[in-house]
Amino acid sequence: MDFDLTEEQRLLSETVSRFVADRYDFHSRLKAMAEERGYSRAIWDQMADLGLLGLPFAEGDGGFGGGGVETMLVMEALGRGLVVEPYAGAVLMAGGALRLAGSPAQKAARLEGIIAGQYLMALAHSEPDGPRHTVDQLRTRGVVDGDGWRLTGAKTAVIAGDSTDELIVSAVTPGGVTLFLVDPQADGIAVQGRSGYDGCRVADVRLDGVWAPANAVLGGVGSGSATLTRLFEEVTAALVAEAVGIMTDALNTTVDYLKTRSQFGVAIGSFQALQHRAVDMMMQVELARSMAILAALSLEMPAVERRLNIAAAKAKIGQAARFVGQQAVQLHGAIGLTLEYKIGHAFKRLTAIDALLGDADHHLDVIAEAGGLPAIG
Amino acid sequence: MNLDFTDEDRAFRADVRTFLAEALPDDLRRKMVERRHLAKEDIVRWQRILNARGWAVPAWPVEWGGQPWTPTQRYIFQEEMALAHAPEGSPFNVNMIGPVIARFGTEEQKRRFLPRIANIDDWWCQGFSEPGAGSDLAALKTSAVRDGDDYVLNGQKIWTTQAQYADWMFALVRTDNTGKKQQGITFLLLEMKSPGITVRPIPSIDGISDLNEVFFDNVRVPVANRIGEEGRGWDYAKHLLGHERSGIARIGLSKERLAQLRQLRADLAARGMLTAAEQARLDRKLAEVAVELRALELTQLRVVAADAAGGGAAGAASILKIKGTELQQRMTELTLELAGPAGLGVPDHHGEGDGTDGWRAAAPLFYFTMRKVSIFGGSNEIQKNIIAKTMLGL
Ligand SMILES: Cc1cc2nc3c(=O)[nH]c(=O)nc-3n(C[C@H](O)[C@H](O)[C@H](O)COP(=O)(O)OP(=O)(O)OC[C@H]3O[C@@H](n4cnc5c(N)ncnc54)[C@H](O)[C@@H]3O)c2cc1C
Repeated sequence: MDFDLTEEQRLLSETVSRFVADRYDFHSRLKAMAEERGYSRAIWDQMADLGLLGLPFAEGDGGFGGGGVETMLVMEALGRGLVVEPYAGAVLMAGGALRLAGSPAQKAARLEGIIAGQYLMALAHSEPDGPRHTVDQLRTRGVVDGDGWRLTGAKTAVIAGDSTDELIVSAVTPGGVTLFLVDPQADGIAVQGRSGYDGCRVADVRLDGVWAPANAVLGGVGSGSATLTRLFEEVTAALVAEAVGIMTDALNTTVDYLKTRSQFGVAIGSFQALQHRAVDMMMQVELARSMAILAALSLEMPAVERRLNIAAAKAKIGQAARFVGQQAVQLHGAIGLTLEYKIGHAFKRLTAIDALLGDADHHLDVIAEAGGLPAIG
Repeated sequence: MNLDFTDEDRAFRADVRTFLAEALPDDLRRKMVERRHLAKEDIVRWQRILNARGWAVPAWPVEWGGQPWTPTQRYIFQEEMALAHAPEGSPFNVNMIGPVIARFGTEEQKRRFLPRIANIDDWWCQGFSEPGAGSDLAALKTSAVRDGDDYVLNGQKIWTTQAQYADWMFALVRTDNTGKKQQGITFLLLEMKSPGITVRPIPSIDGISDLNEVFFDNVRVPVANRIGEEGRGWDYAKHLLGHERSGIARIGLSKERLAQLRQLRADLAARGMLTAAEQARLDRKLAEVAVELRALELTQLRVVAADAAGGGAAGAASILKIKGTELQQRMTELTLELAGPAGLGVPDHHGEGDGTDGWRAAAPLFYFTMRKVSIFGGSNEIQKNIIAKTMLGL
């Protein structure tokens, strides 16, 4: 057992934390949300300069070869700042699909741009009429047409899908689920962007017989399920870490508020009912932090352990995030319910994280079906 | 002991139901079903329909438009309104300022204001809370200084719901700083178009701007617009806050929402969007809510019966408020869970929803905004303090 960071990891964590502390106060977030694409280009460029956009990619591909722990450190720091820039969506999710399944040629054409912050990708997977979370129960279809494919279907909650240079679309094809690289300007595509309730940009995407050439297939035909399964484990671990960052900041903000808000002539933090609630929040944050570490380390484990540990982490984080989010609002009183104060935004993003990639109940089902969790160590 | 409503009460329920089925406009009902934001005009329109029937302000004194209903009948009326998806009217007009003027106002004030309040010819807002006075309301600082036949107001209110619609505000102001802080408070009625009033909207987490800050800069309010005596405002405010408790637990509303949850669950299952495990789990959660709701319903009915017999326990209202709000919040969690990530992108919550699935976009917003019910009207922590003190002697 060793929960210590390596020297390099500590440096990474400090660098990102300092970046968030210096450049990303609550006001910057509001400003970024108000920009046309829903986040700040300038911040994105700075993230590229710091090397964050290249973190998960192999050194041979121009990246830094970061693993689960490195991603956890970055996501936790970004969570503390409630960063709206689509790091998880563009770099970890869509970039991850490319990293896991892309051919050398497909990677070579894109990775440099992604790492430099010049090229953005988005994964279009969730469907409005589908199950709440699934890898392969899709309605979007890909049918062979000449030497390529025609894609038809509807996708929703595509992160930053309206400012993306390229979409990765999942579709059911003969032989299973296949991932396709699709130009969002192609004929037959309609992209409708909007601000998600958590402040992050999302888009609905409609595909009406969109043409994709044979070399647009990412990985092999029918290999999409395997790619997505692995990808969602990685991104789930990342979201869990983001939630820990958000909860940590929400807890700190709440405790500060309890110390400074005065009613009945005393700081409200002197009321034991509120002290105990804050302690309950803090305990949830610590349990969640433990699960984020478990999720990050599980990425290197064999398939069954990996799957179940990450499910456990997401389930725990969903429950903790709900409690911490609700109580942070409650202990603030009315100010917790406004958009002019950070807590309400944290509450909403925590809610979104539970909903994304399977909520707490979904992952409890996974664990229940497997008959429990594997031993660790 | 028995749980039967009397024949009279049953006949009353049937009357109310028949009336609502005919009188409630379809577009309003649909908006309510889809949890869309009601515009001011929607609320006014419905209030006037009720007023024409004589049911806009049933809890007021009969001479001012009230109904001689028993607490049980008032409970039935509220429940039927909720089950029919009828809007609630303006609580500020109906439940707050109306009863205060009816009880403590001068004849002149009653004649001038009450009919217009009942018909929402004037929209009222509540100016109690201030930045430094939330749960500790008596800490309020907005000052009113006597100058001839006027008071001159300076200071600030906050969290003033729908001040942007309001023609009038009822406000608590400080006229004396010397004694106990509850004693120097005066209850004033002020016109929102008075010179020196500024309203600033505060956007809330569901994207709607119904909350406001209201600033007073030498605002003149005629002494004739004072309720009762100078310095007694705290007593009048307490009357306002504790006025009516037959509807506190909001049983009807929760019943209607539970029925809708069942409907949504069936709908998603029919469309193949729920796994068998999800269906089983949801059914269990809905059963848990149903049990909690039934327990609360019986408790509310016990309070109604005790009140009808001449007064139940003082802290009972706090129990009903806490448990009622927890249940309402629990149901918004379940709707949120049903909506899943499709609720993430928010189509036009304020305009026309996109038919069947508009609720999925509204679900998270409703979940967020309903956190307010455990904060306003005396937070649930404050309610627990009241119960501990009044019912447990702690
Ligand atoms: C949606 C909304 C609409 C509103 N509309 C109006 C309106 O129209 N007009 C108006 O005047 N006001 C309105 N309010 C204000 C409302 O009355 C206050 O929010 C409420 O009184 C709580 O005050 P506060 O928000 O300042 O929180 P605070 O009083 O600062 O409370 C912060 C936290 O401390 C807790 N706390 C405080 N004191 C104690 C204690 N003694 N023991 C234990 N815990 C304690 C509270 O429960 C809360 O969790 C509205 C509020 C909301 C949220």
